[in-house]
Amino acid sequence: MAHPPSSTSDQTCGHCQQGDEENDSSRRDFLTLAAGAMAGVGTIVTAYPLIQSMNPAADVLAMATTEVDLSAVKEGQSLTVVWRGKPVFIRNRTQAEIDEARAVPMNDLKDPQTDQARVANSKFGGKDLPEWLVMVGVCTHLGCVPLGQKPTDPHGEFDGWFCPCHGSQYDSSGRIRKGPAPKNLEIPPYQFTDATHIKIG
Amino acid sequence: MAQGERVNFKNPVICWIDERLPLFSMMHKEYAAFPTPKNFNYLWNFGALSLFMLVTMIVTGVFLAMYYTPSTDHAFNSVERIMRDVNWGWLIRYIHMNGASMFFIVVYVHIFRGMYYGSYKYPRELLWILGVIILLLMMATAFMGYVLPWGQMSFWGATVITNLFSAIPLVGNKIVTWLWGGFSVDNPTLNRFYALHYLLPFVIFGVSFLHVAALHISGSNNPLGIDVKSPKDTVPFHPYYTAKDCFGLTIFLIFFAVIIFFLPNYLGDPDNYIPANPMVTPTHIVPEWYFLPFYAILRSFTIDIHIPFTHVVLISSKLGGVILMFGAVLLMFFLPWLDRSPVRSAVFRPLYRKFFWIFVATSITLGWVGSRPPEGLPVIIGQIATAYYFVHFLIILPMLPKYEKTLPLPNSISEAVLKGR
Amino acid sequence: MKISRPLFCLLFLIIGFSTLPAHADENALAPKTPVAGWPEDGALGTYDRASLQRGFQVYKQVCSACHSLKLLAYRDLTELGFSDAEVKAIAAQVQVTDGPNDQGEMFQRPGRPSDNFIMPFPNDQAARAANGGALPPDLSLIIKARKGHEDYVYSILTGFGQTPPADEKIASGMNYNPYFAGHQIAMPPPLTDGAVTYADGTQASVEQEARDVVQFLSWASEPSLEVRHQTGIKVLLFLAVFAGIMYGVKRKVWEKLY
Repeated sequence: MAHPPSSTSDQTCGHCQQGDEENDSSRRDFLTLAAGAMAGVGTIVTAYPLIQSMNPAADVLAMATTEVDLSAVKEGQSLTVVWRGKPVFIRNRTQAEIDEARAVPMNDLKDPQTDQARVANSKFGGKDLPEWLVMVGVCTHLGCVPLGQKPTDPHGEFDGWFCPCHGSQYDSSGRIRKGPAPKNLEIPPYQFTDATHIKIG
Repeated sequence: MAQGERVNFKNPVICWIDERLPLFSMMHKEYAAFPTPKNFNYLWNFGALSLFMLVTMIVTGVFLAMYYTPSTDHAFNSVERIMRDVNWGWLIRYIHMNGASMFFIVVYVHIFRGMYYGSYKYPRELLWILGVIILLLMMATAFMGYVLPWGQMSFWGATVITNLFSAIPLVGNKIVTWLWGGFSVDNPTLNRFYALHYLLPFVIFGVSFLHVAALHISGSNNPLGIDVKSPKDTVPFHPYYTAKDCFGLTIFLIFFAVIIFFLPNYLGDPDNYIPANPMVTPTHIVPEWYFLPFYAILRSFTIDIHIPFTHVVLISSKLGGVILMFGAVLLMFFLPWLDRSPVRSAVFRPLYRKFFWIFVATSITLGWVGSRPPEGLPVIIGQIATAYYFVHFLIILPMLPKYEKTLPLPNSISEAVLKGR
Repeated sequence: MKISRPLFCLLFLIIGFSTLPAHADENALAPKTPVAGWPEDGALGTYDRASLQRGFQVYKQVCSACHSLKLLAYRDLTELGFSDAEVKAIAAQVQVTDGPNDQGEMFQRPGRPSDNFIMPFPNDQAARAANGGALPPDLSLIIKARKGHEDYVYSILTGFGQTPPADEKIASGMNYNPYFAGHQIAMPPPLTDGAVTYADGTQASVEQEARDVVQFLSWASEPSLEVRHQTGIKVLLFLAVFAGIMYGVKRKVWEKLY
């Protein structure tokens, strides 16, 4: 301690203030600065691999693509498959559901997106297959799995999916219509490998 | 700290050590002779009880760690093995599991005591801030510890809470992936939570040391909130407060033992005895009781704020809730500067006293709201209570000194004690 | 004695938090407690050994066709009052897959007391496939893992056979049970009068079977309950004396001050 305590009754922070006069040469100034900079850079460079190590490891990143056979899924039925440890909802929609989804005005949507855009990847050999809706079955609010895959499940007010955690409701295109979720159910990358098989991922 | 004022110990071994490292002199100064206001009530036991709980959690945790397996395939069964096959494993696990609740009860009482008696005011602002840091560390530790048994509530609680970070604009999803070490809560997440759950208690211990060190610089506050003026106002910590703290501890232990031995699962959720299943969400996700008020604040923000006349969402309900929840905790850091009344203790602040109890009631109401499903009346009550929570800190506390007529303060602690206050 | 305000504040907080109402119920009927209550309830509660053994018989002969109990080992049955020889005989009745042997092949051998209870299906998928898509849950922790605990499982087991209200359609393959969330359960009524024959001559009514098997499952969920209760009483007695002495010490120390 350079400063002996002046008096015990001193309640101000006088001894916190720095009053040292600078008498260093500019050369030493530069050296000190350079040393400090080197130490700083070294610390940051060392921290980088530590922080980076917490990101997904190579085996986790090498997410196996999932191939799904859709031939058993009849109109009006759904299938849940696992991709990257998350459920993926695949639904063979009825014409009524498709019409309902396409009739919704964009102004009613919280996260505006046409139904056509959501099933843009559902095509094979130049033929559109709008009945196939493929999306990640994870609520965009806080990550719960919405209900609506089974016929006995609640489907919410919009004939789609209903999240039991905080009551978010998705329509028959998987778009958020009501409740706290901010976004539509996510569409994973997928493509039809033939008329009845898709590859997710 | 203690150099130069060594005590003469009779025991030659202690004397020999103390000459070379004055540990015993320091202990004597800080814990035996330490002058402490003579008018503490039993609410001043809760600091010592918090330290007791911290040590209890660390000790039981170390023994549990000898049997626990941090892997998604084995975590649940390894906990059940502790409960069924490990000698006295059920006791150690129930102490640890309910100890978390006890720790929070004790700390919450400690915090409310500090608020009631103005213990955060000059010169104890830093002491209070260190305490809030300890609370934050405790929350992180408790949250990660709850994930370890890998039951349904462990898994879904972790999913919901880590997903809060996805509300951060632009980088949110990257941060969540980084926290998880994957694309969902999975084995890497469990492993790192275990590592941190083991580490953080020792950080808490370190910050607690600073908390106590700061306390010993300023000295304790007391129920009258007035400064110590003469040695007549104080008693040495030992034997007066060691005896009082130990008596309080035995009473607390009776309460703790009733929970451990006769109601061990009362505070827990039955769903956590179902192994984690990433494909099935429980119908109603609730955090442990000590997070319920904050959970209610999180869910109270139910509307999106748009940029006027457009559909562009400025603050989504999700981001808004997250901001409110973290704001509710961070606000506590600023308490010493929000309440500028020169009088510390609520005993002499009739208006503040009323608002303090309304605040306590608000906190309990928020806890109740947090335990209900987010629909109907509880949502509205939660929004009102959340609004009041912020009004209390941001409007009522700063405004009060202008309108409040405080009662006359006694001249000294000893005078007030003699009058039988 | 006047309760001081700080003490009142402490009590208020503890009571305030501890009386937080339980979580919202699904549309299921509240579980009912059997008239006789449960012997394991209360601070001195213990399990009824005879009932435990009968309950094990119900599990073995009825439930175990679909429900696993994988956290339990046959050796644990000694706690039901079975002798070591009886446990050995019970374990030997099942075939356990072991191996690989010197030829590198898996083989079947009779069970040993150290083996865990065998499972009716090799995995969850097989269990679903055999049960029309519904998964019979593992019963090791069923009593602790359901709200309502013993009462809930007892109510489910005895809640079959009622006529559903006119506005509730029961899907094919489902059964009406008002105590189950959604009122439709895939499990058919498991218990019938005389489904088992008790060796001790107890009348095997549905209620009696349900009571016995719930008692058994309660023990399976929490085998340490009895030693926990006994230890708890001793600990509380010790702490009461300790607290009394500490109060005396505190009084004596503070007496000097005034």
